[in-house]
Amino acid sequence: MSLWEYANPRKFMETSARVLPWLWGMTVSCLLVGLVWGFFFTPDDYKQGSTVKIIYIHVPAAMMAINAWVMMLVASLIWIVRRHHVSALAAKAAAPVGMTFTLIALATGALWGQPMWGTWWEWDPRLTSFLILFLFYLGYIAFWEALDNPDTAADLTGVLCLVGSVFALLSRYAVNFWNQGLHQGASLSLDKQENVSDVYWFPLLVCIAGFVLLFVALVLARTRTEIRLRRIKALESRERLAE
Amino acid sequence: MMPELGKYATVVLSSYAVSLGFLAVLVGLTLWRAARVKAALREIEARQGKVGDV
Amino acid sequence: MGALLIRDLRLAIRAGGGFGLGLGFFLILCVLIPLGVGPEAGRLASIAPGILWVGALLACLLSLDRIFALDWDDGSLDLLATAPLPLEAVVAMKALAHWIVTGLPLVIAAPVLGVLLHLPGGAQGWLVVSLAVGTPALSMIGAFGAALTVGLRRGGLLLSLLVLPLYVPTLIFGAEIVRRGADGMAPATPLLLLAGITLGSVALLPFAAAAALRINLR
Repeated sequence: MSLWEYANPRKFMETSARVLPWLWGMTVSCLLVGLVWGFFFTPDDYKQGSTVKIIYIHVPAAMMAINAWVMMLVASLIWIVRRHHVSALAAKAAAPVGMTFTLIALATGALWGQPMWGTWWEWDPRLTSFLILFLFYLGYIAFWEALDNPDTAADLTGVLCLVGSVFALLSRYAVNFWNQGLHQGASLSLDKQENVSDVYWFPLLVCIAGFVLLFVALVLARTRTEIRLRRIKALESRERLAE
Repeated sequence: MMPELGKYATVVLSSYAVSLGFLAVLVGLTLWRAARVKAALREIEARQGKVGDV
Repeated sequence: MGALLIRDLRLAIRAGGGFGLGLGFFLILCVLIPLGVGPEAGRLASIAPGILWVGALLACLLSLDRIFALDWDDGSLDLLATAPLPLEAVVAMKALAHWIVTGLPLVIAAPVLGVLLHLPGGAQGWLVVSLAVGTPALSMIGAFGAALTVGLRRGGLLLSLLVLPLYVPTLIFGAEIVRRGADGMAPATPLLLLAGITLGSVALLPFAAAAALRINLR
């Protein structure tokens, strides 16, 4: 029994079918608890007023936007090294999810920035990096759509993901170099002094858990769809051969 | 029940609305496409007389 | 290797507009920008580094899809792939040919266009240096993008969508060198970083591009 067993599509479908309902249930309950707790039962910040409540969406979405790319990178590597189809399809399935999270982080950031910094958009390093990350997602998804042969598509997008990751990282540092920002430092850190206070911290944790679960559930569901699409394609070509 | 949001009410509410809207669209599209593909696979498997388990 | 380089250069010249096209585009851009933003010298001078660098980037982008497309269409890419010369070297040579045809003319013409845009005198030298150091990276990254999309029938637009995000670090450091030069600050740090990007791209991207070509040729 090892993790690689799930590289077998059949095994993957069986297990994910069993896991998914639980995952959806946990996602909904975590998000519900976290967002309701954060929205209704936390005090306003003395400086930021009620806008502090945006943190419960903004921070988890931003975290998962980056983590989704990392997951795609790992999945692409697994595909390139071990040739497991499920892995390539999981990378494909994760991209639109990551892009949506990036979009949410950008949108909430703009809305938050308006009252706090007096502007919707500021060419701040963090914001700019997220915009660039969004462009990377866009290119990656468009590239998947453009390629016909599934194995070629998986290989080429894998190479793009690897090279893109290096350049995304470079861009992150280049952008830091290019402009000092307005964005506050890390909201979460192990250092107690830097951290947001406990009142906001606990509901935020629940929300982060909810976003992680949501990401996993969405990726599993989308990977299942991709596997089925593959199967439809295979069956259709068999039909055409038989005619 | 509604908390007092003060002068930032629009900002907070609209960011929640926008984000939940995006998530709803994403989840909706995922589930809709999953259902459609599942049905299509059922159909083609039935046509070929195979008992599919995926 | 030398023969391949000469062949590519000759092809680019014979195909017409190899040297001229990118340069012409660069020139047009530098004429259009003042028409768009107004003729005040101060405003032009402050945006000149960015305009010149973005212009170089776009001029480079224009001819990218031709790096491999011609050889792909007539099948000579298959021959090159099976030739004793490693595919990585082929990619590097093609990127070099692309740079000589588009990047080098830009480096040479940049001071003239800098004058058009009222770039301060102190920055002229840095503009040439930054372009000379940075444009090889643009060609190499572009060759990688071209290798990815070579099999696609209408890859042009997709190619720009894939390549432009990869150009971000080069653009930032390149324009920063010129800006610092214009403001009389020391541009050594961004120059070193830009050189690092160029050397890294030239050293590593031929492998990625050759891998992409092999996948496409399968």
